[in-house]
Amino acid sequence: MALEPAIQADRLVKQFKKGPRAVDGIDLAVGAGEIYGFLGPNGAGKSTTVHMLTTLLPPTSGSARVAGHDVASEGPRVRAAIGAALQEAALDPLLSGRDHMRLQTALHGMPRGDRARRSDELLERVGLMGAADRRVGTYSGGMKRRLDLALALVHAPRILFLDEPTTGLDPQSRNALWEEVARLAKEDGVTVFLTTQYLEEADVLADRVGIIDHGHLVAEGTPKALKAEIGRPTVEAVPADPDDRLRVAAILERFGEPTQGAPNGVAVRLEGEIELAGIVRALDAEEVKVEHLQLHAPSLDDVFLAKTGHSLEGAAAPEPEREREAVGAE
Amino acid sequence: MNPLLRAQIASIARRQIVRTLRQPASAIPPILFPLALMLVNAGGLDSATSLPGFPADSFYAFALAVPFIQGALFSTVNAGTDLARDIQNGFLNRLALTPMRGVALLAGLLAGVVALGVAQAVVYVVAGLAVGVDIQSGAAGVAVLLLLSALISLGFGALGAMMALRTGSGEAVQGLFPALFVFLFISSMNMPRNLIEIEWFRIAATVNPVSYLIEGVRSLVITGWDGETLALAFGIAFALAVIALGLAAHALGGRMERT
Repeated sequence: MALEPAIQADRLVKQFKKGPRAVDGIDLAVGAGEIYGFLGPNGAGKSTTVHMLTTLLPPTSGSARVAGHDVASEGPRVRAAIGAALQEAALDPLLSGRDHMRLQTALHGMPRGDRARRSDELLERVGLMGAADRRVGTYSGGMKRRLDLALALVHAPRILFLDEPTTGLDPQSRNALWEEVARLAKEDGVTVFLTTQYLEEADVLADRVGIIDHGHLVAEGTPKALKAEIGRPTVEAVPADPDDRLRVAAILERFGEPTQGAPNGVAVRLEGEIELAGIVRALDAEEVKVEHLQLHAPSLDDVFLAKTGHSLEGAAAPEPEREREAVGAE
Repeated sequence: MNPLLRAQIASIARRQIVRTLRQPASAIPPILFPLALMLVNAGGLDSATSLPGFPADSFYAFALAVPFIQGALFSTVNAGTDLARDIQNGFLNRLALTPMRGVALLAGLLAGVVALGVAQAVVYVVAGLAVGVDIQSGAAGVAVLLLLSALISLGFGALGAMMALRTGSGEAVQGLFPALFVFLFISSMNMPRNLIEIEWFRIAATVNPVSYLIEGVRSLVITGWDGETLALAFGIAFALAVIALGLAAHALGGRMERT
């Protein structure tokens, strides 16, 4: 018997009063232990989807099951199985990191004796032990996000929802968070549902990516498959000596079919596996010197462009009024 | 009470108290401003004590009741504003994702408000004693006074919470303050109702429930044990608490829309 997905949605819809359909019939199936990247621009419906899956918003129609429980009728069971770090790191600037942990562990009903131990364990894990007694108002953006993650993990959830966890973070903080999320999935088997508007984040972190635009899921698959779906990578070489252009073309054609390149270069669309090293060896064997050699792999932005007709960059749509109020700006 | 619910209420109440204590700028004025106003009023209106039928020899003793109500109004607005901020910045969503029950949020928040209200009341009692007020009902009266203060803080706190939960806006909660202040000023705060000469003012003060809250506190200070006045004060404070709590609980249901 096939295992039930950790997260499953069938024709999930959220229609706000006097607003557009923020989510318009989404189907999802996220397997246990998977990192699922939910990629889309601002206002695409990512946060609204997360709020429905985490029981904070009732769906208008359709259904969703999280950890085997219906989000509309079994809210408490769903909440017991999930952890969530929502879009804004909703922390109290007047409380310390340890105060937050103490509050969260108590609200989860942890026995008094276990609260301090669990708090210390998680603060240590996210690297905040040294700042545990400082007020959160003095924390950097990255520290707030790490505390947010620690708070979401208090009750050892099986499924973790992260709503744009790295927005506004510097590269170092972002990488640290990525490492922790990857570790949670790999070592602890936690299912991670991650919304992002960063292509690189989805590409690096997610096992599978769902692309959402205007409330619709427009594409879904592994980053590699999605990119392969819209085209094969190209390799372009510019010979150091312009007279070698024909020789370079002959070598590259062994790896793929010719395609349009720069005026002084030669380009081929690769067939099969990408093997840049093989191309370099072939050029070297023929003693052809190249000035420039570049692999153009299709990006998720190319996928987004192909599926929606517009680039992810600057594709923000206005947020529905109710969503801003309940969810915070996406 | 269920141990989980008790732990949740205690944690929310603790947070409310810690927050308040860590913001001296918003914790101290609610204590000092009513005392300052009392001192100013007592300085200007001291001659009123020579009016025939005025119930006290010292205007300080007469006016000491006012800071209790005014302080409760201040702390109410602070608590409501804190809750509105929690709604605006998503902290309420964080709480909603835990097994916390809505009743724990309200009870915890209001327990914090009540604890602070009682602490304020202790400061007012001490301030009154410091300026020579002799509390006629004695030590037992002080205990009843603190109990009444707690109930008044609970009622006004629930009103602030209701406003925050309905609107999700700190500004809207702040807007409640002037309206409540009008009730305070059109009351018997500065003069016994039977000595107010302007008819409309006397009628307004008579129908204004805040007058009876003040008179309940005042009776313990200047009269001693006045059962009828105390019953009215406790009755009105209780009714305010019940109505405001009901409205706040209803608003919470709408705000925490979780399934």
